Amino acid sequence: MRPRSSTGTTGTTRTATITRPVVASLAVLAVAVLTACGAKVDAAGGGASSSAAAGCVDTSGDAVKVGFLNSLSGTMAISEQTVHDSLQLAADEINADGGVLGKQLEIVSEDGQSEPTVFAEKASKLITSDCVAAVFGGWTSASRKAMLPVFEANDSLLFYPVQYEGLESSENIFYTGATTNQQIVPALDYLAEQGAKSLFLVGSDYVFPRTANKIINAYAAAHDIEIVGEEYAPLGHTDFSTIVNKVKAADADAVFNTLNGDSNVAFFKEYNNAGLSADDMPVVSVSIAEEEVGGIGVDNIEGQLTAWNYYQTVDSPENDAFVKAFKAEYGEDRPTSDPMEAAYTSLYLWRAMVEKAESFDVADVQEAADGVTFDAPEGTVVVDGDNHHVAKTALIGRIGDDGLIHTEWSSQEPIEPDPFLEGYDWAEDLS
Amino acid sequence: MTGRTSTLTARLAVLARPGRARALAGFGLAAVLLMAVAPVLLSPFRLGLLGKFLCLAMVAVGIGLAWGRGGLLTLGQGVYFGLGAYLMAMHLKLADAGPGGVPDFMLLYGTGEVPGWWEPLRSPVVALALVVLVPAALAAVLGWAVFTRRVRGAYFAILSQALAAAFAILLIGQQQTTGGTNGLNGFRSFFGYDLADPVNQRMLYLIAAGVLIVMVVVARQLMVSRFGEVLVAVRDQEDRVRFLGYDPAAVKTAVYVVAAVMAAVGGALFVPIVGIISPADVGVVPSIGFLVGVAIGGRATLLGPVLGSVAVSWAQTTMSEQFPSGWIYLQGALFILVVAFLPGGLASLRTTLRRRRRPAREEEPGAPAPVSSDGPPAADLLPEGSRA
Repeated sequence: MRPRSSTGTTGTTRTATITRPVVASLAVLAVAVLTACGAKVDAAGGGASSSAAAGCVDTSGDAVKVGFLNSLSGTMAISEQTVHDSLQLAADEINADGGVLGKQLEIVSEDGQSEPTVFAEKASKLITSDCVAAVFGGWTSASRKAMLPVFEANDSLLFYPVQYEGLESSENIFYTGATTNQQIVPALDYLAEQGAKSLFLVGSDYVFPRTANKIINAYAAAHDIEIVGEEYAPLGHTDFSTIVNKVKAADADAVFNTLNGDSNVAFFKEYNNAGLSADDMPVVSVSIAEEEVGGIGVDNIEGQLTAWNYYQTVDSPENDAFVKAFKAEYGEDRPTSDPMEAAYTSLYLWRAMVEKAESFDVADVQEAADGVTFDAPEGTVVVDGDNHHVAKTALIGRIGDDGLIHTEWSSQEPIEPDPFLEGYDWAEDLS
Repeated sequence: MTGRTSTLTARLAVLARPGRARALAGFGLAAVLLMAVAPVLLSPFRLGLLGKFLCLAMVAVGIGLAWGRGGLLTLGQGVYFGLGAYLMAMHLKLADAGPGGVPDFMLLYGTGEVPGWWEPLRSPVVALALVVLVPAALAAVLGWAVFTRRVRGAYFAILSQALAAAFAILLIGQQQTTGGTNGLNGFRSFFGYDLADPVNQRMLYLIAAGVLIVMVVVARQLMVSRFGEVLVAVRDQEDRVRFLGYDPAAVKTAVYVVAAVMAAVGGALFVPIVGIISPADVGVVPSIGFLVGVAIGGRATLLGPVLGSVAVSWAQTTMSEQFPSGWIYLQGALFILVVAFLPGGLASLRTTLRRRRRPAREEEPGAPAPVSSDGPPAADLLPEGSRA
């Protein structure tokens, strides 16, 4: 490093007078280039805008590219890595089984970094640079909302594997997780059946909990259930003494929990500390799966309820094979969960759609989608060609002392997806 | 023509001179590369990415002035970047909704009515004016309040960072009017131009490149002006400047406002180029991210912040594409290497290398002075307060 004296400003003034014309001329140049280009655009943009980049998917070889877009870094990595693993498992199985239309799958992985903006950028990269036939991934609603315009503008396909807040149906997205009428509404039906007359709502402060609670409020108003409290904590919040005290004071029949991530650990610890238990005030959670139970600690959460469409304990030959294959690949201690199963299923559903259409073309796949089925680990799922969701069976589960979730109640048959809740009178004012 | 050639030779003579002229030559070269070469060589996707990096580099230019020159370690530029971005995004949302229309997300999650404070943004002129005026006013009020109370160093850094945190939380909490964690996205047009049209995407890139070049010119003029000299003096010896009769608070506020406006303009251009703005782009982490590029590039130099910022963004994207599961370790290693061996930033690379090669000899006469000749000593990289 030079001594500080040389950082003085005398040199600056000396050259300033000489360089000023250069700077000025550069500025003029910049402005000139700019106006020239602006005019060109004006001429070109005057007519009908040229269509977005046409699909560049290469299906001539004996391999076809697909994209996996999950957060492998950042706060969501812990959850999304599991989805990535099960997608990889499905791809390996499909490749071993002869691929899709005889072509091996070539995986292009990208890291969404837990940021919506990065999801949008990477989605665009996968579609326009890597020319993938379809993209699988996304977790948070924010990441899906960020990717949606990208897939629509480029007319490509996204398979989104996580339960979400509904009120959406894009031609370019297939939703293989549950929408609200396959998870939240059945959970409310179950609680009503159990005689719950009052509910306390606890959630993280973002779009899924807020929309879910809007639906719960509408349901409660129509079913004579009282909502005795509604509290939100910022994502990542870990101090729940105030909220738990309010829950305790309200003394509801049950708590409906839409907290996400680490907040659940703090919430359930505080819940137990306050002397509350699953027996006197059960908590129904919609974002806690097998993966999270271990993180929260089985002792803290044993006996509480969850609402999903798949548990590792589901008893079927398909699930036995899935669980066995997953453990063989990633280790005995790794559980399987609903989003993982939905992701695994999504790749097989895409394969079934492509083989039905006998084409990788987006329009052909969209057209062939209706009625495509797959014998998934959760049971047979059917794609609804109108809203691009899948029919799924709702399962209410109870967390056991083995850290797994055991089905307590089931909707008996798959529930048709209804993302805008059009089939429910009480939900008229929601969308 | 002769007059022109003579000015040209004069110019070339200037360029052949050592020191700043060399930096200027590089700067001219960068302008040609950005405006003429890059659009030809890069695919539309890569050009869009470069456009995004240039928007982030605009924030870096402002930080280079405020921090490198003025010693204001501002950890909250995300606020101004976010203000510019959100104001632009709100306008685009309203424009897409049409006259009297309601943006889609408000219909889904809000009351279905456009709140009063959104209404002025329907007008493109008002929107453009507010993109500059709102951040400038906030920075002026805040800067004046803070600097006249002689809050500086680490305390100013903490304060600016708290501001970024508060801003992000505020945005998340107002889901019905700001889109919450989802942010605002799905823009279809930019002042009447279809955003899906590749020609218009290139136009946006060129606008970003042009604006960045203008900003660097402005930064340079500020640096060599009397104001720039007082600014450096305030950074190095604030009390002496005060004894000489200058008001350091006014100088600092001015540079803080300039940095805020540059960040806001960067944010406003980020929105149509990237197509989304969310609280994750404006909070504490991105605010620190802006600073990292500036530090790596060489904060007190003219081009260091721009090059550093673009290099860091580019490296981050490339590494994450090559090693989706391990890139974050690579990035960390790179930062450690730069901090450990190049505390003056990449702009000091030449000096450092030369010193290593010829430790005993003096610099050759006539050898070009390194770009970082006006850079601060290594200890200067620490915030002002930590030196006291």
